[in-house]
Amino acid sequence: MNPSATLLLNGNHAVSWAARLARPQVVPVYPITPQTPILEQITEFHARGEMQAEILTPESEHSVLAACVPASLAGARVFTATASQGLLLMHEVLHYAAGARAPIVMANVNRTVASPWAFWPDQTDSLAQRDTGWIQYYSESPQESLDSVLQAFRVAERVRLPAMVNHDAFYVSHSLEAVAVPSQDEVDGFLPPYAPAQRLDATIGASWGNVVTQDMFCRHRQEMQQAMDDALLAAQEADRAWGELTGRTWGLVERYRCDGAVAVVVALGSMCGTAREAVDQLRAAGRAVGLVKLRLFRPFPLQALRAALHGVRDVVVLDRNHSPGLGGILNQEVRAALYGIESPPRVHGLLAGVGGVNVPPQHIVKLVQDAVCRAPSPQSTWA
Amino acid sequence: MQDLDNHPAMLCSGHAACPGCMEALSARHVLARMGPDTIAVIPPSCMAIIAGPQPYSSLKIPVYQPTLEASAAAASGIRRALNATGRGQTQVLVLAGDGGTYDIGLQALSSAAERNEDMLYVCLDNEGYMNTGAQKSSSTPLYARTSSTPAGKLSRKKNLTAIIAAHGVPYTATASVGFMPDMLRKIDKAKAMRGFRLLTLLVPCVDGWGLPDDGGLRAARYAVECGAFPLYEVEHGTRYTVNHRERTRPVAEYLAVQKRYRGMSADETARLQAEVDAGWDWLMRLEGREAGQFAP
Ligand code: SF4
Repeated sequence: MNPSATLLLNGNHAVSWAARLARPQVVPVYPITPQTPILEQITEFHARGEMQAEILTPESEHSVLAACVPASLAGARVFTATASQGLLLMHEVLHYAAGARAPIVMANVNRTVASPWAFWPDQTDSLAQRDTGWIQYYSESPQESLDSVLQAFRVAERVRLPAMVNHDAFYVSHSLEAVAVPSQDEVDGFLPPYAPAQRLDATIGASWGNVVTQDMFCRHRQEMQQAMDDALLAAQEADRAWGELTGRTWGLVERYRCDGAVAVVVALGSMCGTAREAVDQLRAAGRAVGLVKLRLFRPFPLQALRAALHGVRDVVVLDRNHSPGLGGILNQEVRAALYGIESPPRVHGLLAGVGGVNVPPQHIVKLVQDAVCRAPSPQSTWA
Repeated sequence: MQDLDNHPAMLCSGHAACPGCMEALSARHVLARMGPDTIAVIPPSCMAIIAGPQPYSSLKIPVYQPTLEASAAAASGIRRALNATGRGQTQVLVLAGDGGTYDIGLQALSSAAERNEDMLYVCLDNEGYMNTGAQKSSSTPLYARTSSTPAGKLSRKKNLTAIIAAHGVPYTATASVGFMPDMLRKIDKAKAMRGFRLLTLLVPCVDGWGLPDDGGLRAARYAVECGAFPLYEVEHGTRYTVNHRERTRPVAEYLAVQKRYRGMSADETARLQAEVDAGWDWLMRLEGREAGQFAP
């Protein structure tokens, strides 16, 4: 077994390492920019005999996920990765996978969705999949991506729901940093072999997918909801166990310099790295500003978010995504989460960085300074 | 036929096929020959209805129902999962309709064939979307009336067998319940092989073709005897063998036993006959070329 090591990895290669350490048995995968380095590194590991998985290279992302679902139901641990249009092409099967309760883990590299064609960081691709029944993590760094993929396997298999780990195009996918790669032994202890009692197996005879009654369908959705509720606890447990093993925990909702904060920035993914910088500058200037990073987006950590924003006067939500006719998706989710609590914060929804537009720390500083001086608009505003 | 009894039934009675359905009869024999160490993939189709609603099943083996277009991809996933978990001997069997195969499933099918995935893909070809009320598919033959081509289809039937054979897969073949020994031999032959195998079974549809309840077998025989649905097999993409070489009926006799060609003009019948003749000549040439008869 290889010992733990610190390697210089970009976010995508960190994901490939996580996939390798998770020992998936089936990996269907299709190339798409900027996910391709994940695929290339995995096939490289495989060619060198360092990964034993069955690797399938079908003709489309749709077939990739269509292969993932019954492979998982047949009792194999399954991993795949995609981005942007690939995720959209999978859309139908995303629903199917969650309905089938197949604990597939997928990395998605957040990239603009066409048209027009573009390659830049933007989270509309995965946020538009929020209702498909997938657990969704958003990662800020290569290290967090590696850790999240491994945690996602543990959570997914515990609650039998598929899980998606998202990181931003280029800012995370192609940025290099020193990444602590745990040993195989450590990961094996954290992630025991996947061996479901019920599976597609000629000796068992269980089937999946055919017609059900209205009542059966409704009950099935209730079970999925329960599984999502359980996923919240399972994600906490996985993060705690990971912390005991590696010394690193990420939380489901991270509070950064929030003590006594009157204004708090809320964001997903790589935007949080920039926001930390802005918070540091504001704090240095004597402004009580913090950051709340939402790491888990589905299931939505409602209570944790409410607790994190308790007593705050202004919440500034930065949305690197766009739902035409509504605005920022995260803005709406945060507003819904805070609705009905006593003396809720004022929520300022800002569309910042849509389409990969650069958002430097100074820009966030200014956005926060401006926001706290005015009443929030009910809609998201372009920033 | 005595041989049939040597294979325990894997399709139970009480299933939901129309009375006289050739699809149920075909599936019965495929399943019996494949045996219990098999996992079936059945996309939305008449066969999915025949398999039954959850929690019931008319099949004695596990069934996975994928989305309509993804049977070959789903079967690939099962295959790889079985291989990865020490169950390589279990057969993966697709039972799909022509809509799910010739049309919406062709992309995934071609990819699975290209990868030579180890599965037996059986297309239960009733030449239309019968489960949704008999609309046209790309398997529907020229001039056939369907509920989406009420005046008759204006394009010819796609040649699925040749398309998949051109991928160079180990085995592709056509068969018909009207020629049972040939069909059973092909199932056994396909079962004994590894890699990607495609069997296209012509299944005359009582409802969609306008047949009397007991008219399925006759239509299945006439289709072969007039050459509209030739019985042949292709090994490794090049070795073509025609299994029923005599054409003993004009196409008109085949058309006359079904309602989907009602009201065709003599001219149209002649053009359909010419198209069938041309297809037959094409097949003869392919078979001959392999035998070296057309060597330059
Ligand atoms: S519609 Fe046709 S193929 Fe479908 S079950 Fe009825 S007879 Fe069989």
